[in-house]
Amino acid sequence: MNDKQQNTIRFLIGLGDDSVVLSHRLSEWCSNAPYLEEDIALSNIALDYIGRARMFYQYAVELEGNKRTEDDIAYLRNERQYTNLLIHELPINDFAFTMVRQYFLDVFYCEYLKLLCDSSDEQISAIANKAVKESRYHLKRSQPWITQLAEGTSESKERIQLALDELENFVGEMFLMEDWELMLVDSGIAVDRKNLEANWNSEVQAFLNKSEMCFPDSQLQIRGGRNGIHTEHLGHMLSEMQYIQRSMPGLEW
Amino acid sequence: MTSENNQQSINQEQLAVYEVFIRSNRGLDHKHVGSLHAESPEHALMYARDCYLRRSEGVSVWVVKSTDITASQEDDIPNFIDPMDDKPYRHATHYVLPENVTNM
Amino acid sequence: MQTVNDAEEQLKFDQRIIDEQKIEPTDWMPDDYRKNLIRQMSQHAHSEVIGMQPEGNWITRAPTLRRKAVLLSKVQDEGGHGLYLYSATESLGITRSKLIELLQTGVAKYASIFNYPTLTWADMGAIGWLVDGAAIVNQISLQRTSYGPYARAMIRICKEESFHQRQGYEIMTVLAKGSVEQKEMAQDAMNRNWWPSLMMFGPHDSDSAHSGKSMKWKIKRQSNDYLRQKFIDQTVPQIEALGLEMPDPELKWNEDRGHYDSGEINWEEFYQVINGSGPCNYQRLKHHKKAHKDGEWVRTAVRAYQEKQTAKNQTNVA
Repeated sequence: MNDKQQNTIRFLIGLGDDSVVLSHRLSEWCSNAPYLEEDIALSNIALDYIGRARMFYQYAVELEGNKRTEDDIAYLRNERQYTNLLIHELPINDFAFTMVRQYFLDVFYCEYLKLLCDSSDEQISAIANKAVKESRYHLKRSQPWITQLAEGTSESKERIQLALDELENFVGEMFLMEDWELMLVDSGIAVDRKNLEANWNSEVQAFLNKSEMCFPDSQLQIRGGRNGIHTEHLGHMLSEMQYIQRSMPGLEW
Repeated sequence: MTSENNQQSINQEQLAVYEVFIRSNRGLDHKHVGSLHAESPEHALMYARDCYLRRSEGVSVWVVKSTDITASQEDDIPNFIDPMDDKPYRHATHYVLPENVTNM
Repeated sequence: MQTVNDAEEQLKFDQRIIDEQKIEPTDWMPDDYRKNLIRQMSQHAHSEVIGMQPEGNWITRAPTLRRKAVLLSKVQDEGGHGLYLYSATESLGITRSKLIELLQTGVAKYASIFNYPTLTWADMGAIGWLVDGAAIVNQISLQRTSYGPYARAMIRICKEESFHQRQGYEIMTVLAKGSVEQKEMAQDAMNRNWWPSLMMFGPHDSDSAHSGKSMKWKIKRQSNDYLRQKFIDQTVPQIEALGLEMPDPELKWNEDRGHYDSGEINWEEFYQVINGSGPCNYQRLKHHKKAHKDGEWVRTAVRAYQEKQTAKNQTNVA
């Protein structure tokens, strides 16, 4: 297997990890949302991300020559082997935090996946084509949520502000590229996320300004997800998620 | 009065009720399927998608605030519907065709 | 006090029931019919919503990505079904917030089955197969219920639920054919869920407090014991196909009756759980109250936002 193939697999697993981790977090809302309609809506988003994770993993498995399954990737790697961007793994906290994170990611994915549709790899392009439609809908939902909460009551405004404060350090990592990923950009397979940063910042800033919220421009960036350096939260998530596969290994479920 | 002062009364209320209508296929009418709670028409439309179209049951959705619907009342039915009952000449079956004409 | 007009309306109502016509929200209906419907339909709605919890308990621990997607979409469906049923109940002139209040204060009930814990992954199989299976038997019968919005909700729900039972049985099939440990897990989950599933059909016809009127009004179309027998008859061959031991040693085919005989339900346990002392009664309501309370600031905020928007629009118009 050449470098390009190896990097492509690594790339796919990273994107799959992003999705699997976020879908897990979103699924934690099931039966816990502020009202029934929202509960159902959040589950739909979680399901979109599980679907995405499976598509990325399945393609990675195929490129590896079917030596393992999508579930081996999801359930049999430990926290140092997981390579998701950190913003996905943060606990759901309250509804404001969940929605602000979602909004940030929705803005990001709408742009990122749109560019990924033009990937020279047909299968990656096909996945991006499906996923970008999902993200456009997600954004249509998360945007008005932020507005309403930011302009609702003093409590909801404060909660949005706290979420913004907590998330600011995890935004920068979305736009940091590793050398191996840049090689994939050169061969037309991947997208340079660095190029998305300016637009993301101005769009989010302008949107938050409309509700008189500001997103503190932080130079501090926590990074490490793509290299397996995580927050403490991921280990707990994995120990729960992987419990059956780890305690009774090698079985069909 | 600010919303915060009004909190007590707000909490006991709920979001507005919207009725949901779905066109299941192109060429068909929108059909009432149920209702949901939402804070705005835009949200109602999204919730209709999430709550009533989980299996792609439709190609078009309407939401209408329940309080905006004017409905016929059961008390009025005798005056409202029954008078329409005495016009059999509006129905094709009212007319006798010659036996040799079978398809009209 | 019944007026002359009421008496006339009552006759019209009775005739509609006899003629198998549906009763619709704006129709005149006896107070007791309305109350009975609200009780039964809200209990049904609450059951769907509370029922999200025992299965929700395994969403974050589902053993494969496919199982996780299936389980999440199933539990989400339960929420959706709760919504359809709340929506149908609201057509009787009661708000959802009032219904939730009645649930949280213990006035309204929900299906007792959800007061049992889901201890292992195999419970996801057993619940989908047995609990949803029992619910479907009941709900198919209710598609013919006399109240229009309830009947229509049931039709939609039945259509969606067919996958629920199959996914549960699929889990059981895999476990029953799996390792010794998995097979034990399947047997254990079936044994634990069997009796509570039979209890879902309610007391014997002779002891059922609400059955008489509900049958007369065609809210209920078939009796508790009839539906329970139907469920047993269709399920026993499925147990055999799994190769598991019967959960009740008295389950035997009775040639004369053309049905399976079965052992007697532990009615003491049935009433104990209904009256609030099942293993999870407290936990389920506590969870529901907490989610509702945690969401209060969100609901308050969206209403406040809407009020501000409305005020702004009014100012603009002025």
